[in-house]
Amino acid sequence: MSAKKDEETGLGSYYNNKTTILQEARVFNESPISPRKCRALLTRIVYLLYLGETFSAQEATTLFFGTTKLFQHKDSALRQMVYLSIKELANTAEDIIMVTSSIQKDTQPNLEVIYRPNAIRALCRIIDAIAPSMVQAVERFYKTAIVDKSPSISSAALVSAYHLFPVSRDVIKRWVNEAQEAVNAKATSSFFSGSSSSNYLGFSASAPPSPGYQAVPSTSFITQYHALGLLYLIRQQDRMAVTKMIQQLGGGKSGAGTTLKNPMALCMLIRYAAKVLDEDPNVQKQMLELLEGWLRHKSDMVNYEAARVICEMKNVTPQQLIRPVAVLQLFLSSTKPTLKFASIRTLSALALTQPAAVSNCNLDMENLITDSNRSIATYAITTLLKTGNEASVDRLMKQISGFMSEISDEFKVIVVDAIRSLCLKFPAKQALMLGFLAGVLRDEGGYDFKRAVVEAIFDMIKFIEDCKEAALGHLCEFIEDCEFTKLSVRILHLLGIEGPKTPQPTKYIRYIYNRVVLENAIVRAAAVSSLAKFGVNVVDVAVKRSIGVLLSRCLDDSDDEVRDRATMYLRVMKEPPLAETYVKDESVFSLAALESKLVAYVKDADASNQPFDTTSLPKISREQARQESARPSALETIHTLVPQKSAQSAYAKQLQAVPELASYGPVLNSSAKPIPLTESETEYVVSCVKHIFKEHIVFQFNVSNTLPDTLLERTSVIMQPSGDAGLTEDSIIPIPLSVQPNHPGILYVSFTRDKPEEYATASFQCTLKFISKEVDPSSGEPEEDGYEDEYQLEEVELGGGGDYIVPTYVTFASEWEKMKGAANATETFALSAMESIKAACDSIIEILNMEALGGTEIPSSTAVHTLNLAGLVVGGVGKVLVRARMTFVRGQGVTLELGVRAEKEEACNLVIAAIAG
Amino acid sequence: MGVTISSLISSLSSLASWGKEQDVRILMLGLDSAGKTTILYRLQIGEVVSTIPTIGFNMETVQYKTIKFQVWDLGGQSSIRPYWRCYFANTRAIVYVIDSSDHARLKTSRAELLTLLAEEELKGVPVLIFSNKQDVEGALTPGKMSEALGLDGEKGREWSIRGSCAIKGEGLEEGLDWLVNVIQKK
Repeated sequence: MSAKKDEETGLGSYYNNKTTILQEARVFNESPISPRKCRALLTRIVYLLYLGETFSAQEATTLFFGTTKLFQHKDSALRQMVYLSIKELANTAEDIIMVTSSIQKDTQPNLEVIYRPNAIRALCRIIDAIAPSMVQAVERFYKTAIVDKSPSISSAALVSAYHLFPVSRDVIKRWVNEAQEAVNAKATSSFFSGSSSSNYLGFSASAPPSPGYQAVPSTSFITQYHALGLLYLIRQQDRMAVTKMIQQLGGGKSGAGTTLKNPMALCMLIRYAAKVLDEDPNVQKQMLELLEGWLRHKSDMVNYEAARVICEMKNVTPQQLIRPVAVLQLFLSSTKPTLKFASIRTLSALALTQPAAVSNCNLDMENLITDSNRSIATYAITTLLKTGNEASVDRLMKQISGFMSEISDEFKVIVVDAIRSLCLKFPAKQALMLGFLAGVLRDEGGYDFKRAVVEAIFDMIKFIEDCKEAALGHLCEFIEDCEFTKLSVRILHLLGIEGPKTPQPTKYIRYIYNRVVLENAIVRAAAVSSLAKFGVNVVDVAVKRSIGVLLSRCLDDSDDEVRDRATMYLRVMKEPPLAETYVKDESVFSLAALESKLVAYVKDADASNQPFDTTSLPKISREQARQESARPSALETIHTLVPQKSAQSAYAKQLQAVPELASYGPVLNSSAKPIPLTESETEYVVSCVKHIFKEHIVFQFNVSNTLPDTLLERTSVIMQPSGDAGLTEDSIIPIPLSVQPNHPGILYVSFTRDKPEEYATASFQCTLKFISKEVDPSSGEPEEDGYEDEYQLEEVELGGGGDYIVPTYVTFASEWEKMKGAANATETFALSAMESIKAACDSIIEILNMEALGGTEIPSSTAVHTLNLAGLVVGGVGKVLVRARMTFVRGQGVTLELGVRAEKEEACNLVIAAIAG
Repeated sequence: MGVTISSLISSLSSLASWGKEQDVRILMLGLDSAGKTTILYRLQIGEVVSTIPTIGFNMETVQYKTIKFQVWDLGGQSSIRPYWRCYFANTRAIVYVIDSSDHARLKTSRAELLTLLAEEELKGVPVLIFSNKQDVEGALTPGKMSEALGLDGEKGREWSIRGSCAIKGEGLEEGLDWLVNVIQKK
């Protein structure tokens, strides 16, 4: 750190200062030019750019034009530097077109100059920046260069192709054969390139060969790495082709048959294999065999990469881990710090999920605790904390405390995370851990570090009852002197929730009220809310009165938010029903839904005549909200969290983009999951999503074509409703362009609801219609004429509750009582096909698409159970609650008594009909 | 003591530069497809090469008699012309090439030439104008070209209009002779 500072302020910063360099760029215009001076200056420019310095477009352009003048000098070292600079400046400078001719001249075949590869690399930047259409013009040139015998030229061309791929996908795809040849290239035997492609100026024979140039045979085989990268880029959309490539290049079980000699290329191949493994479980066996072969490769890099991939594999078994862990274990005692670091880091991550597999390495990791490299030591200790037993914890904790002050924040976070999972693993050690956390909380540190500590303490409060009071005490002390507003607010919130439940709530109130006196407005407002929770939730009347006094003092606050909150809470404290809604209520709006509704409201000019309607918004419990925003943490392995994705707002966005559907207004509900209409392994894979609008219903079909080398054009779906569904077909919006292999397309079929107040139910026969065209694999062009074809899909069902109901969260018992007088219905069903209460619960939740409350989705008894559900019927019909009482008798199935209460009659009928149907 | 040190040094250095070969920077300009690149390589390697429109510039060193010309052949397409000025500094002479068979664009070519002559950085720089493609039927003779350009009013610099045919190599050497003369006179 300090060394870096010296460099920034010292002579180096003057010498490599942008202004100085811009001034010294005059040497480019001198006549005659001095190659030595110019080269030195160019080096400094490139150095600055690599450090992250930026030049304005004008500065870069001036430098660039200066650089072009250096083409007059034949010095090859200078020319190489010129190309490096042009490559860097090409991103910002304007008018880089001016060097095109000069570069093209230097890229000519038969030109035995050392800077030809540099010129090739620079050329791609120029093409990329100014004229992507030029790719076609240089196609033949690049193809020849890729298979050039000189590895540096071949690499330059391959890397260029890699860079040009995004701008000219189709042209580059045609270079696949050349790239394949480059991957397989044997050791270079010939010293001179034998390419004989014609030369556009025809003067190359007279170009003087630069002294000292000869094509050096490669010993690194780095070209294979570049070629492999390009091959993957071309094939990445096609998983089959990638799998085939990995198997071909992998060289069989032992890995001995591979043509790949470059370790980096092999590492790349291993990463591709990892990706395939991740996406396609079917190939796991073959891929794993290859990976295990690579564990025995002679290069450390390859061994490590293969071991890492196996360790990071999903659902890896302890058996599969034995060998990779053994490889990593060996590296732990290596003399190279990089190897030690890489393997301990991988083991540390693995220890989260498979501590037993890593515990074999405990002895080696013990040795690393005292490693002079603190990063390695930190990982070693945190890994040991995860794998070790309770007895070793004290010793390790002491060791860490010893050097906490010597490691960077990033590693402190790693340590804190390890401690956090440790607390939950060994609750008996909580006092020690809490002491440690409280200690580091007092240390210097940035926000991320402090947040990690605070969150660790939060977790302890949540999961370890014994430490609650002590932990709250530490947090109180922390906010006395906390520079991070965000953390103060979170802690105040937690104090508000946990404080009133403790035996002595009063001791926290002093800390909270101190915030009101001392802090900024955001923290003061949070403190007011926190106080109010004490006022509402603490039973002691004296406390309530004191809180009242404190809150009334806040009425004079200089900030309006603080005053408003104080005013509101004073009122709330006096009226218990308000307290019920505003302080004790455990539900919050689903943020994703709230956001999309608000956006729609703001965009719609007519809507502003009416207040924003929150009744149609689904609610979720705080627990769910926490899960939705849950960060990935060490805890995940202990409490598996299922993140709930909000597909809804994504659909809303997609639908808005379709002009034909724009007039339908906002979408009220979309199916939670696409319903598959085909098997997943067929030629055409189709799934359906139903979108309910106020007066319309839109079926969205996601069509993907798994046949290689065919296109589907004018794809549409014909839907035939059975009987009179009360729906009139409006239009079919086919997929505008062709459906290419592995690029799914979306089409819509829309219906008008004849009577929007009724919930139309129907089932539809669906047929996929399209024109199939074959694609010429060599040119990539589809043939002129295709043939019409049809494909039978499974039926689509509309109706049931699910399509019209959105799950929501309520406090069931109180809501159920409140709606006693509203519309209600009770019916009894015999579900004889159901084999257990659990199965009945699952299918009821699925059919109705309602939220199960209070954990009632998991039956506690196999004979009797009550399932509580809540939902919102779309279109402003409002809340509907369901109480499903079930009994199960073997042989008779499940008997269900369905009680429904809703704000409107039709909602009741909808639910009953859904179960009855 | 009439001779100051500095003038002594300068006269010495000019003597030295007479002694060995001299590097002279020359710009070759003109509209696109006037024949600049063809002239450049005809002069450099004595052959007619097949060319494509120059995007940017070509830079070659041409040895002629005692002088080493460093010839900058800048592309003539309208998109490239604005960048000509980036290369004006230190220019010792301009070779301006006109396609004498292209009557339609003669006006444009003249306008570009006059703009060049008005440039402050090119003040006093001698201009050699090649009325190129004399072999093409209907080409303007150098005399007619001279009339069409109307450069009689151009004072303060040496200039000359010569007919040339780059493909046959006619007129080029005569032009360079004139240039060598003018430069050595300075």
